[in-house]
Amino acid sequence: MTYVLLFWEFLKVGLFAVGGGLATIPFLQEMTTRYDWFDTAMLANMIAVGESTPGPIGVNVATYAGITAGGIPGGFVATFALTLPSYLIILVVARILQKFRSNFYVNAAFSGIRPVVTALIAYAGWGMVELSLVDLGAFETGGLLSVFLWPQLVLFGVLFFVSRKWKKLHPIALIAIAAVVGIVLKL
Amino acid sequence: MNAYLDLYTSFFRIGAFTFGGGYAMLPMIQKEIVEKHKWASDEEVMDYFAVAQCTPGVISVNCATFVGTKVKGALGAAAATFGVISPPLIIISIIALVLQSFADLPVVQHAFNGIRVAVCVLILNAVIKLWKSNIKKALHIIVFGVAFVIMFLVKLSPIFYVVVAAIVGILDCVIARNQGRKAGKDA
Repeated sequence: MTYVLLFWEFLKVGLFAVGGGLATIPFLQEMTTRYDWFDTAMLANMIAVGESTPGPIGVNVATYAGITAGGIPGGFVATFALTLPSYLIILVVARILQKFRSNFYVNAAFSGIRPVVTALIAYAGWGMVELSLVDLGAFETGGLLSVFLWPQLVLFGVLFFVSRKWKKLHPIALIAIAAVVGIVLKL
Repeated sequence: MNAYLDLYTSFFRIGAFTFGGGYAMLPMIQKEIVEKHKWASDEEVMDYFAVAQCTPGVISVNCATFVGTKVKGALGAAAATFGVISPPLIIISIIALVLQSFADLPVVQHAFNGIRVAVCVLILNAVIKLWKSNIKKALHIIVFGVAFVIMFLVKLSPIFYVVVAAIVGILDCVIARNQGRKAGKDA
């Protein structure tokens, strides 16, 4: 039964996640609220692994999520389901490529979808922030200042600065630095 | 040599030797597809990328389907698509199994607590990049803002946002077009 559910859920991701790899993250985040396949912490690990291994990040994360939910066969089912809608859609679009590119309604729809995909990814990012930079549960006992996890926030600031300063720096470098800092500071 | 096997191995290499997906894959795709096999021109590959970004699914998978279709129709597309997802299936399966056996070690947990901070930075950078290319006018800011606020208030499927945003985009462009026509008549 898990495989059928996995197939159905990742088919929807493949059909509605527009705009590349990270656009799949909001869908996976939403799955954590409805299934016990994986939680937000595990999703963050999957993103890190997906960014640090070869291959398209969307496929990497889907494979990992599928494996977490249903073992190796789950990984195959999730990846196959994610890929199937694009495969079928592109088969059609490839025949009408020029018309599709210049179609008024296609371009109009995407002028609305692009901002909302940005918002979806931003919200998924907030989920990661809640998980790793702040501890909202501490507000009741310790007040506002205890909410912030200071070592993590400093690390966040430094990594953000480094990534903006050296834009060519590969995500793997950031992930590696963060892993070392995490081990040294015992985060 | 067999064209299907060629498609599979070419896209296997593309999947195996690029990190991060999306535009990170473009140089490798150009090398394999344009220079080595001459399956498509530079312009065609750029067209594929542009359309791949505004069709659902993972960009490089969409691109693989495009090239495969052009070379050998639907079966060629299947060979190319399966090629690009094969490396993630193999590599992620191995990593997931290895990590599962080490996940409980404190050193691994500290590393991942640090890595999650880096994932926040990666997502923030993705949002900044998307904001710069996707948010072009007041309506886009409104779509972004309204969607973002609703996400905090109620839990809805990302599909809902994508569909509603597509409708908003089409309405906006249709209204703008009609106003343009009216202004044209009045003049």
